[in-house]
Amino acid sequence: MKHAFKNTVLASLIGTSLVASAMATASEHPVKLGLMLPYSGTYSALGEAITNGLKLAIKEQDGQLGGRDVEYVRLDSEADPSQAPQNMSRLVKGDDVDFVIGPVHSGVAMGMLRMAKKTGAITIIPNAGLEAATNQLCMPNVFRTSHSMWQDSYPMGKAAYERGHRKVVTITWDYAAGKEDVAGFKEAFTKAGGEIVEQIWVPFPSTEFQSYLSQIASIDPDAVYTFFAGGGGVSFVRDYAAAGLKESIPLLGSGFLTEGNLQALGEAGEGVMTTLHYADTLQSEANRNFVSAYQEAYGETPDAYAVHGYDTGKMLAQALYSVKGDTENKEALIEALSNVHLDSPRGPISFSDSHHPIQNIYLLEIQDGKQEVVDVAYEQLEVPDDACKM
Amino acid sequence: MNLAFFGVQLLNGLQYGLLLFLIASGLTLIFGIMGIINLAHGAMYMIGAYLVYDLTLRLGNFWLAIVVAVPIAVALGLIIERLFLDTLYKRDHLYQVLLTFGLILVINEVQRIIWGGDVHSVAVPSPFDTSLQLTSNLQYSVYRLFLMGVCLALAAVIYWVIRHTRLGIIIRAGAVDRDMVEGLGINVRTLFTLIFSAGVALTAFAGMIAAPLSTIAPGMGDSILITCFVVVVIGGIGSIKGAFWGAILIGMAETFGSVLIPSLASMVIYLIMAAVLLVKPRGLFA
Repeated sequence: MKHAFKNTVLASLIGTSLVASAMATASEHPVKLGLMLPYSGTYSALGEAITNGLKLAIKEQDGQLGGRDVEYVRLDSEADPSQAPQNMSRLVKGDDVDFVIGPVHSGVAMGMLRMAKKTGAITIIPNAGLEAATNQLCMPNVFRTSHSMWQDSYPMGKAAYERGHRKVVTITWDYAAGKEDVAGFKEAFTKAGGEIVEQIWVPFPSTEFQSYLSQIASIDPDAVYTFFAGGGGVSFVRDYAAAGLKESIPLLGSGFLTEGNLQALGEAGEGVMTTLHYADTLQSEANRNFVSAYQEAYGETPDAYAVHGYDTGKMLAQALYSVKGDTENKEALIEALSNVHLDSPRGPISFSDSHHPIQNIYLLEIQDGKQEVVDVAYEQLEVPDDACKM
Repeated sequence: MNLAFFGVQLLNGLQYGLLLFLIASGLTLIFGIMGIINLAHGAMYMIGAYLVYDLTLRLGNFWLAIVVAVPIAVALGLIIERLFLDTLYKRDHLYQVLLTFGLILVINEVQRIIWGGDVHSVAVPSPFDTSLQLTSNLQYSVYRLFLMGVCLALAAVIYWVIRHTRLGIIIRAGAVDRDMVEGLGINVRTLFTLIFSAGVALTAFAGMIAAPLSTIAPGMGDSILITCFVVVVIGGIGSIKGAFWGAILIGMAETFGSVLIPSLASMVIYLIMAAVLLVKPRGLFA
């Protein structure tokens, strides 16, 4: 008798809890975010920074998006373009994620864009700067929270002219990112009245710069504009300083020349000017709060990549709030995403018709080992996206 | 192109070529005498640079760091030869290629675990942290001149060892006919260990002394490896003299090629290799 009673109680308890959990999964199964970012190899630091920023933004929403919990599905993209289509299809079809967030590398982005077209998966690109993503290959379900090469370099063209430079030599790697970057600078600089006296193309990924530096010295321009990133950026700036060119010929560059490289650059970086859409020294309330929250959470100063991740999280939060957490109605979701306005650490952001951020670009200079904001080089710059048809 | 510009570029080409020689000399020894295609040679160059970066931070002195790092590099070569290569000498080249390619992956991953994916640099050490004024606006790092001096001195030492010592005679004989050397009662086993360690130490040392001029980054040895293979093939496999002149030739070609014919710059060294092989299929000094 006693046993029978106990069993009934147990059974009913188990029964109700099963029903309760079933109800819970029906109405509030978590929003699945598929992270297709490099977690190994050369670009792993970027993948981690983006993930950290994203998680910080979602943590600030009590770990929820539109009232639903969040589940992260991490997939190491290894920055390997050849694996991109399979990887993305695994996330979308295998793991059934609601959003794909990635990649870092432009080559991987090309492969992802193809799958984004095929599957219609909502994709948010938190880094890759290839122009085509929001121009020739734009599509309604693809958003970008970072930048394009053009957007960061175009403002430097005008800034260089305003600083009195008339004859400039450009030097970059002979590959897509370098070409897009230098094209942006050249467009603005020549429009302002300046002249590009020589364009030097270095075979990618060579970092043997001595012969080009001698060439630059013999041309003796008013300034040099360059795009090199990562280790190449450090090599170039250090060789440039060691060749004594920095004193006589100012060095200008895309922000990625110095972003994340400050320590390795050391003394050689002093005085180098760049344009970029973010600097951790930006004096705004949003940025001060972000920097201190990020430092508290991860023990390091955030960089542009962390901001891309953070804004991706904020963007999702805002859009999902406005559709009340409903990820089934894709059209409403896309509409909500494209109407997002953020008070980002990098300044106000909204999205153009091609789903590219309209944002401020800042003129930065390395002073005493810090990336200081000298000026707003271009306010609320929108990228030209004439080839975008959606 | 005025004379000063030409002179500066000549200096650039010479300096690059001499550094290439230091890396390629180890490669050609290992390749020519032991018959080992060591794809991990470039990774050893990277390890040399990272060792010096790490030890300079720890010890606070670049020169001291080099003194400590060189024995580590020799030991590394010794361990790899004894542990892995030892069993593969009698096998086909393909096994060695697979093994040394695997070593690249392992070394790159170990590098990432220890030092991370960030980019680092080493300050140019005193007393060479100054520059010479070459032209009105161009200076030349004194450290680069020092580097040239070191490479030339090492080239002389290597040349002397190979030409004028008993060890050198054995090495030269080994490059020509390994079986005969063994037949004469020489312990080829020990010879191989010695040569491999020396080869690894040479490229690691090149990475060490080049560290203040280069950026220390993951995978930094991968691109230089290909250039070094070109040098070795042009010079003739196993020939130190060939490695020297091949390296100078490639250094000059890359330097002048990138300035005079930029559109062909990335192809120049392969064009030269093809041309040399057409005329002398075994390399210039084989």
